Order: sequence, then C-alpha cells, then structure tokens
Amino acid sequence: MAVETLTGSRIRERRVIAGLKQAELARDIGISASYLNLIEHNRRRIGGKLLLSIAQRLGTEAQTLTEGAEAALIATLREAAVEAGLTGPEAAQAEDFAGRFPGWADVLAGTRRRVAALEETIEALSDRLAHDPHLAASMHELLTTAASIRSTAAILAETKTLQPEWRSRFHANINEDSRRLSESAEALLGHLNVEADAADAAGSPQEEVEAFLTRHAYRFDVLERAGDTTDALKQVIEEAADLRSQASRFIAARVLEMISQDAQALPMQDVQGAIETHGTDPMTVARRLGQPVGRVLRRMAALPDLGAGLVVCDRAGTVIFRKSVEGFTVPRHGACCPLWPLFAALAQPGTVLSEKVNQVGRAEAGFVSYATAEAATPSGYNSVPLVQGVMLLLPAAPDGAASRKVGSTCRVCPQEGCVARREPSIMSTGI
Amino acid sequence: MKHVVLVEDELNIAEAIRFLLSNEGWRVETLANGSNAVDVIRNAGPDLVMLDVMLPGKSGFEILHDLRADPAMMELPVLMLTARGQRSDRELAEKAGVSRFMTKPFSNAEMLDAVRELTAT
Repeated sequence: MAVETLTGSRIRERRVIAGLKQAELARDIGISASYLNLIEHNRRRIGGKLLLSIAQRLGTEAQTLTEGAEAALIATLREAAVEAGLTGPEAAQAEDFAGRFPGWADVLAGTRRRVAALEETIEALSDRLAHDPHLAASMHELLTTAASIRSTAAILAETKTLQPEWRSRFHANINEDSRRLSESAEALLGHLNVEADAADAAGSPQEEVEAFLTRHAYRFDVLERAGDTTDALKQVIEEAADLRSQASRFIAARVLEMISQDAQALPMQDVQGAIETHGTDPMTVARRLGQPVGRVLRRMAALPDLGAGLVVCDRAGTVIFRKSVEGFTVPRHGACCPLWPLFAALAQPGTVLSEKVNQVGRAEAGFVSYATAEAATPSGYNSVPLVQGVMLLLPAAPDGAASRKVGSTCRVCPQEGCVARREPSIMSTGI
Repeated sequence: MKHVVLVEDELNIAEAIRFLLSNEGWRVETLANGSNAVDVIRNAGPDLVMLDVMLPGKSGFEILHDLRADPAMMELPVLMLTARGQRSDRELAEKAGVSRFMTKPFSNAEMLDAVRELTAT
C-alpha cells in the first residue's frame, strides 16, 4: 500500500496514543464517527482542512500523518543538508542515514529544529534591539546617567583639593543620578520582562494590538452579528485592558472596523460553506460568493481550522495588520522583505498572485501565498484611491514543487547575493 | 583663556565637564538647548565646541551640519559626546564633519585628552 494511503491508519494510531475515543475525536473536529471510522480504515481519502484539524487535535503535524514520522524525519535531514551546503551523492542519502542510524538521525533533526527555533529568537531580539524606540530611549537614558555618575565619581575620588561646596554639589548630583539610574534600570527590566512573555509582547502600540487580537484568536462574535456594530465595537475596545495606549486603541478600532465591514458583507458561515463545497482556493471562493478576493483572504485568515497567516499593508508598504503564523516571520519593526508577493501585488492593483513561498532559514514550513491589492477608499474623479495590499498564507504540504525564497527583513536574512538586499545581515557579519 | 561652548542637556554631565575644563584653565559656556546653539557659537567664536547628539530644539547632527555650512566655522574643532554609539551614528557624524566622536560613558581622562589634542596648536 502506498505511503499516503496509510494516513487513516496513522490517525488511528495517534488517536489511541492520545487516549481519545473515535466518537470524541469525530465530535471535536465536526464529523460523524462513522465517517472517521472510514477514514481510519483508509477507505476515504483525506486532506486539506479536515486533515489539518485532525492533526491539530492530535497535537501533530499533518505531514506526519500523511507520510509518517520517518518521512518527516527525512525531510528535516534534507533541509539540514541544504542549509549546511552538503551537495553531491551524500546529500541524497538522507533516507539511508535515517534507516541505518535512526538514533543519530533523530539527534541531528532535533538539533536542526532547535537551531531554527533559536534563529527565530535571535531575529525577534535583533529586530527589537535595532528598531524598538522604547528600548533605544531606555538605553540612552541608562548610558547618559552612567556617564554622569562616572565623571562625577572620578572628580570626587581624584581631586585632592576639592572645595566643600563643590564636593556637596557633586555628592547631590551622584545621589540624584544614582536614583535615576535605578529607576531607568527598573523600567528597562520591566520592558524586557513584558517582551519575554510572547503572549503579552506589547511594547509598541502595534504590539499591544497584536497581543489583543491574539487573545481573541482574531474572532469577535459581536462583530459577526448582522446590523450596526458601532456600539459593540466601542465596547470591545473599552473593555480591552491590554490596549493601554491611545495609539493602540486607535489602531485596534481601525482593525475592528475592517473586520466588522467584512463580516457584514461576507458572513463567516458563507465562507465556511463555500470552502467545504469548493475547497480552499480563495479565487474560487470569491467567484462563488461574488466577493472581492481581498475580503475573502481576510475572512479565510480568521478561520482557525486553516492555520493561516495574514499580512495587510497600506500603499506605502507599511504593515497595518498581521496575523502571525509559525514559520513565517513578519518583522515587528523595520521594513519587510520586498520579495514577498504582497508587494508585487501592491504594484499591480486588481491582480491576484498565487505562489508557493518559503522563508529562508524556515525550509520546513512552506506556504501557499495569495496576494492582491484593492482600493481601500471610494473612487472619485481625479483622485487616486488608497490601495491596500492583502496576503494570505496557507500551510503547504511538502510536495517538492519549486517555491519562492523570501526573507523576513534584511537584517536577519541569511540569503546571500539577494538582489533586494537593503542592508547587511547580522547572520553573516555578526551583531 | 581658551573658550569652549558645551551643548549638553544633561545638567549633571555639563556640571562635571564644566568643573574639569575650568580646572584646566578653560572658560566654559554651557547651553542646554540646541535651538539657538549655532547663533551662540557663531557670535562667541570659541576654540572648541562640545556637542551632545540628542538635544531639545535641534539635534547635535543638525547643529554640526549648520556649523560646517558656514565657511568661518568649517575648521572649528567639534567634539561630539553621545550615548548613541552605533556605527551608523558615528558614520553620520563623520560625514557631517565631526572632529572627534566620543561615546558615553567616557572617562574624564579620555575626554580631557581629546580636548587637548583637538586644540593643540
């Protein structure tokens, strides 16, 4: 039996390990137990959204279910070989290696995954160090105060004939500066501690909004109801304790307005129905529902089963909305990689682009991207409408098909010889 | 008596520098705001200018740029003192015509050596 046709058997195996009854799993993913039984006995083919739901519920990767753990291991080994620059016949022997030395292969694959995770952490930290205005201001305050203390303390220690009034003044200055230093250090520590908690990574207004949206899983049931949602929207903002600044409340209100308008024009059950009938191709869904593709992309991103990411930018290319997805980093500060299909779409409004993309250094997570740009303001005579770019990222099953290599932002992108590079990468030159 | 204009908004640093340079025989004129610094320097005609980068009113880079645009002050020694020690800031300062770039926190001896070197005749 072909490897893929055993997907049902692997689902059954994983379900039993997880201690779930067939009926429980079926209920959780929204299908009948009899249909799940057919799947588990390999009598029904499975893929797409349903496979992702089952994988998510069983706490595993879809690829592990379709190809088995060994295939996932071999894929990781191949990625490690590519990244290490291993070429020639040896590069093609990942399967032999995994077969002959399964323990070592596991170690190597685990190490590779750990390196990838650490690289993501470095990216985030480097991004923050380079662009976070709060951190820059805190560091400036610390260094300036330290300079003052150092200079004053040296005068007190090294000037043998210091007049009493000068001595008193310098003592007072040191006292004042040391208190400032202590307060600045505490503030900086508080800022970094907030950052350390990814779920509450709210340093800038944009980050506060992202934390707020993540907490709500990008779904607001009150905005999904038909009718005027103005009051509901205001209430959501007022009750959001994690929106601490006026700026973050302003940004969140704009995002919620967009969600509300989309919800009124395109109810979520319509999107779900169209996907169940016609699949997850956004163009097909848009045609069937008579809706703009951009709106369909935004609505699809809010469906938890799809595990999708979304990036929305304005005409200047500035990201105004993001829904993060593991394996595709959207920089929190600074400019994004100009090779993203999002920006190609921005240059040709009305066109819908679709291609497979992989972020360099994130070879294991491929995505099918769908990008378009549409007018965001009403048209009028002699006025160029403000255009908004939208890019949806759907997890792609590894199929060997060519994909576009893109980065997150130049500073942390290891891609050598890139025509779009703006600045050197710290991945090659060091921080 | 040699004359230095110190543009620094951190009063305690300015006080320490004023003390150190006064002990070395300098007349020290201090400014805590960048907005009128160029005019003050132009009128005072000092032997040296010491500039912080982040200043209220006008940044140290802007002041330096304006000074170098004036033919009478193209050769005036300018020592920049900053907590912004990134390579890009240093490059920006050099491009604008700084005579010496010093990163905070610095030692008093380091600062005095730089002053002596820049004003040695």
